[in-house]
Amino acid sequence: MPVEDYDIVIGLESHARLLTETKMFCGCLTRFGAEPNSQTCPVCIGMPGVLPVTNRKAVMLGLRAALAFRCEIPARMRFDRKNYYYPDIPKNYQVSQNYSPVGAGGFVEIEADGVRKRIGLDNIHLEEDAGRLMHPEGSGADYSTVDLNRAGTPLLEIVTRPDMSSLTEVEAYMETLRRTLEALEISDCRMEEGSLRFEASISLKPLGSTTLGKRVEIKNLNSTRAVLNCLEYEIRRQAAALDAGEPLTQETRLYNETTGRSERMRSKEEAHDYRYFPEPDLGPIVVLDEWLDRIRSEMPELPNLRKWRFQEAYSLPAYDAGVLTQKRSIADYFEETIAAAEAMGAEAADLAKQVSNWLMGPILREVNERRVDIAGLNIPPAHLAELVGLIQKGTISKNIAQDLVPIMIETGDPPETIASRRGMIQISDAYAVEKLVSDVLEAHGKQVAEYKDGKKAVLGFLMGQVMRQAKGKANPQVVREILTRTLQS
Amino acid sequence: MAEEVASATAVEIARMVAGGSISAREVALTFLDRIEKVNSSTNAFLHVNQDWSLSCADLIDQKIARGENPGPLAGVPIAIKDALCIEGAPTTCGSRILEDYRPPYTATVVRRVLEAGAVPIGKTNMDEFAMGSSNESSGFRKCFNPWDLSRAPGGSSGGSAVAVAAGMAPVALGSDTGGSIRQPAAFCGVTGMKPTWGRVSRYGLGAFASSLDQVGPLSRTVEDSALLLSVIAGHDERDSTSLPDPVDDYRSALGSIKGLRVGVPAEYFGEGLDGEVAAAVRAAIATLEEMGASLVEVSLPHLPYAVAAYCIVSMAESSSNLARYDGVHYGARKGGTRGIDELYAGTRAQLLGREVKRRIMLGTFVLSSGYYDAYYLKGLKARRLIRRDFEEAFEKVDVIAGPTTPTAAFRIGEKINDPLAMYLSDIFTISAPLAGIPAISVPCGFTSERLPVGFQIMGRLLDEKTVLSAAAAFQGATDFHEAACPL
Ligand SMILES: [Zn+2]
Repeated sequence: MPVEDYDIVIGLESHARLLTETKMFCGCLTRFGAEPNSQTCPVCIGMPGVLPVTNRKAVMLGLRAALAFRCEIPARMRFDRKNYYYPDIPKNYQVSQNYSPVGAGGFVEIEADGVRKRIGLDNIHLEEDAGRLMHPEGSGADYSTVDLNRAGTPLLEIVTRPDMSSLTEVEAYMETLRRTLEALEISDCRMEEGSLRFEASISLKPLGSTTLGKRVEIKNLNSTRAVLNCLEYEIRRQAAALDAGEPLTQETRLYNETTGRSERMRSKEEAHDYRYFPEPDLGPIVVLDEWLDRIRSEMPELPNLRKWRFQEAYSLPAYDAGVLTQKRSIADYFEETIAAAEAMGAEAADLAKQVSNWLMGPILREVNERRVDIAGLNIPPAHLAELVGLIQKGTISKNIAQDLVPIMIETGDPPETIASRRGMIQISDAYAVEKLVSDVLEAHGKQVAEYKDGKKAVLGFLMGQVMRQAKGKANPQVVREILTRTLQS
Repeated sequence: MAEEVASATAVEIARMVAGGSISAREVALTFLDRIEKVNSSTNAFLHVNQDWSLSCADLIDQKIARGENPGPLAGVPIAIKDALCIEGAPTTCGSRILEDYRPPYTATVVRRVLEAGAVPIGKTNMDEFAMGSSNESSGFRKCFNPWDLSRAPGGSSGGSAVAVAAGMAPVALGSDTGGSIRQPAAFCGVTGMKPTWGRVSRYGLGAFASSLDQVGPLSRTVEDSALLLSVIAGHDERDSTSLPDPVDDYRSALGSIKGLRVGVPAEYFGEGLDGEVAAAVRAAIATLEEMGASLVEVSLPHLPYAVAAYCIVSMAESSSNLARYDGVHYGARKGGTRGIDELYAGTRAQLLGREVKRRIMLGTFVLSSGYYDAYYLKGLKARRLIRRDFEEAFEKVDVIAGPTTPTAAFRIGEKINDPLAMYLSDIFTISAPLAGIPAISVPCGFTSERLPVGFQIMGRLLDEKTVLSAAAAFQGATDFHEAACPL
């Protein structure tokens, strides 16, 4: 059967490194890329007698995520120990949350192929990261080394229900999750630094079948690209096996990015028994209402909700709304520009689209070229609003406006000041234009006669003459209007 | 002067040193000399570093010479259980797996006693990772009771109790999980106290069972324990389970016990209690009554579940706490080179002792999928019931008194091959840590074989003051604590 004849059931576990200065249970720094084992102490090395002290900021970030994803938040939460032996976890247990996670249930709302869908969450929980094992290159090496700089770094694990049924949905989920965590400043989600890592679970069953397929878990997915490639491979592998009547087994597989294949790691029978139990070195955390109130009051609008609001409230195309809400600073800038333009009395008709065009075009181009944040561009929203207003009023042309942008950045001055100082203002004044027009018509009697004989094409020539006379600064629309009216009178 | 110092209390030594009548160095030399004489027959100390002890003493003397306040423990030699970390010094937790390990940091309690002017005199023997009631489970050598060298000193803080009993140190630090301070104190005829869980920082104490472990003092007099407790108690930002409540000056709070309501639980005087121990303890209770206390019968009906609850909770936690000793990141390493599993297995199989392995296996079992509810959660439930027993009893009484141990010191070899009998020897001491409450053991007499008997007084959460007052009043009326061991 082709792949289309199977129902695909996918769930994702995402590990996001929290944006904290220090580790989850000690004061060591969490900077990426430091000298191996330079950011360690007795606590994160798991020396005898050490005790953990919970990083308050990590707890607050976990709660922020729980509120953002509409999870249920426990009145008292605890940490639990997850016990297993591996050289990258020095204590041979990981402090995590199993019995009372920071968030239970909840959802992430995505848009895939133009359809909105809520991907249910099983839970979100806080935990400490493991260190990194390194195996020396070359044959003959009979040892490995471990870098514990990452050990103890705070993580938020976000576990979905098996609610995704296509790669498009998986991609939209990962993108929404990344944008949300970034916008809420919960994680920087830098995949190249391992700040956002995934594990997937996938099963296939014949379309409409009610029997659940065998669930395969895949570990070691370090980028969204890896997740999609791996799932695509896994769908083909499982479909081929089912077609051939080969039984699939519940197992854990490891994705090999080089070969693009997944390889068996362990079967269900070999799965770890983590022997979770409440961490006795840490008391329960009583979640206070005042914490939640403060987090709620500081919480920005979620990027996906903002995007949908931009589409509706400003009648913007989905593409524009997507670009503008990519970053919170840009979306804020957009809305501040609109507000400033309206305050200056700009016409509302297609104001939003015009601001969007200017923002997505010249402004973001400058932001990218200069590698600055939009706030650092030296064009406050009020100046962009003024620029758009000047074009709307016909005070300057679009071409002049383009020229103004770099000058605005350099000087920090408002566009009208620059334009008038440099003589870039258009002549839109009817009296002035009428004067120009009558001068030109007087000098070109021949062409006027041709026009009156019905040779309408000569209008272009006369327009050109007026513009030349005005040294390019006349408002072309006004010129055309007055010229036509005068010729017809 | 040296002879006077050898039998002086910590309070007296601190007064003499601070007053300049003897130097901290002379005090240290006196006790180091005693260690030299009797440690080989008792094995109380695993590590003694004379140079370091003397240099610490010199620092105190220099402070005094400069006119600075040397602290409340000025020049007081202190024996430190080898489960407490001292930067750069051997800290084995009684295990060969940490034989050559030197911690890069110092335990909070050790830092506090040093800042108070105490002079570390050595690190004491213990059952491996504090698992044991006889010190026979030490990974290095057995420790002997100075009242009868064929008998166990108790455990796991056996070395600390022997150090005090045999005059090698006026005070010692121990740790108590199920009786590890009070039981050896009783066996060796000294005073030993387990404070409220959270009263004293555990940072730097090699963990056995986190929810039960608590550091506490051993000394000859209650007054010395009160002094030492005031120094070590209090919140520590490195131990988030340490309690923020203010610390009393326990020594000056010692007061009269007139009107004190003393609870006597019938369950503590039942089957299995040695007749001579029972008689001595009943006499001790009568002494309290004579001094103005009133006796009230109380009931602790869930006592029969205490040993089981204690075993489940402590072994579960220890199976996880001890997982870090695997030969990978620090400590000794034994075993194969064919992969990590062989390294783990080789190191742990060869370097951990029988009792430790037994408890790790039992603890792993009770946390396993399918058994967690049946064992671990049931253990926690029994623990809650035991705690409630005490809460109800403390509505009627101020302290609860009874024997510390069912018998006086048993012979070495008597119980080591019968783990259950060994666990049952802790029957009277394990309830206090399960309930988290403070408890003290003071000497209250001798058996016909001249073995010390311990008298246990337990109190309400954070009410160390009343427990110490009752114990101090008892010592004021008796002289069992002044009896010298034959060694
Ligand atoms: Zn650290």
